[in-house]
Amino acid sequence: MPALSRRQALTTAAALATAAAGIAAVPAGAATAGGHHDPHSPAPFDEVYRGRRIQGRPATGAHAQHGTGYTVLVDGVELHLMRNADGTWISVVSHYDPVPTPRAAARAAVDELQGAALLPLPAN
Amino acid sequence: MTVRKNQAALTSDEKRRFTDALLELKRTGRYDAFVTTHNAFILGDTDHGERTGHRSPSFLPWHRRFLLEFERALQEVDASVALPYWDWTADRSPRSSLWAPDFLGGTGRALDGRVMDGPFATGAGKWQINVRVDGRTFLRRSLGTAVRELPTRAEVESVLAMPTYDMAPWNSASDGFRNHLEGWRGPNLHNRVHVWVGGHMATGASPNDPVFWLHHAYVDKLWAQWQRRHPGSGYLPVAGTPDVVDLDETMKPWNDTRPADLLDHTPHYTFDTD
Repeated sequence: MPALSRRQALTTAAALATAAAGIAAVPAGAATAGGHHDPHSPAPFDEVYRGRRIQGRPATGAHAQHGTGYTVLVDGVELHLMRNADGTWISVVSHYDPVPTPRAAARAAVDELQGAALLPLPAN
Repeated sequence: MTVRKNQAALTSDEKRRFTDALLELKRTGRYDAFVTTHNAFILGDTDHGERTGHRSPSFLPWHRRFLLEFERALQEVDASVALPYWDWTADRSPRSSLWAPDFLGGTGRALDGRVMDGPFATGAGKWQINVRVDGRTFLRRSLGTAVRELPTRAEVESVLAMPTYDMAPWNSASDGFRNHLEGWRGPNLHNRVHVWVGGHMATGASPNDPVFWLHHAYVDKLWAQWQRRHPGSGYLPVAGTPDVVDLDETMKPWNDTRPADLLDHTPHYTFDTD
């Protein structure tokens, strides 16, 4: 079971304070889907939403989160994502308010972050 | 014996003792350990895998134990303190005394959600957010923004009327009392309150906002009310269920307490309405 320890939170916060300063304007490019496609997995996306680059793509193996088979990034940092039994999605940033797609979860996270840097997931 | 009171009925002295005890747990680091534990279960509990603290039958006993641990920690600071509960069907306004500067402080400012008054405001310097998912270290709230209304008494009654505790598939898709109280189905009770408060309460690290404890103390009280209303209905599932905590299985992370041990709250505390 992953645990976000205080040490990890503080360490990643320090790392992000540096990284955040270097975030440049990134043009929305072609989708970067890779690996094997789950026919039930949502389509990939790559866009700039309210000044933040959000990307989503099917993922397998070590990159698949909790069996969702999907990875979402906000300015290149992985957003912890979870799929509910009814097919809706939530993230650690907006945990109690399910939305229909990973893209909507990414946008909800950007709304909630209000420009703040997302911290990387704990290593475990 | 600990008596958990409606927060609206607390005296000024009781409010101050409660918030002082919170600040002391924060100062010593014990508070953040609770936030870490909660977030670990939020991240680890999944609908099709192992699930203990959320989206599963043990949502209610797990949080009962979690609150008991926290209440005991508070009482080590000040033996007179008990967890108050927030009846959000009654105190449903951002102007409620719950959010006054002499208690939890109010909503966050529009610019960035920062809580500006009360004991947990950044300016007071005693409530840095350490266990977090983003770079911000100040407590955030946005009362009544993401969802306008808190659950109503009628909505609570409709859920308390459900006769079965929980049902297969024992997750966020289940019918029954537990999942309707948790809020993944139906009128959305518990989850909606997290969203109504907003800010940290909407995240996996929701205990960063002290109102978490008052919210869950009320959810816990609703479980007790449901039990009284349905004396023939017990905790389910009883045995042999993969990935979820059966009646006689111990719960992580304590590994010494079963749901069966926590069905009766009265050995530990009573409510002012009992």
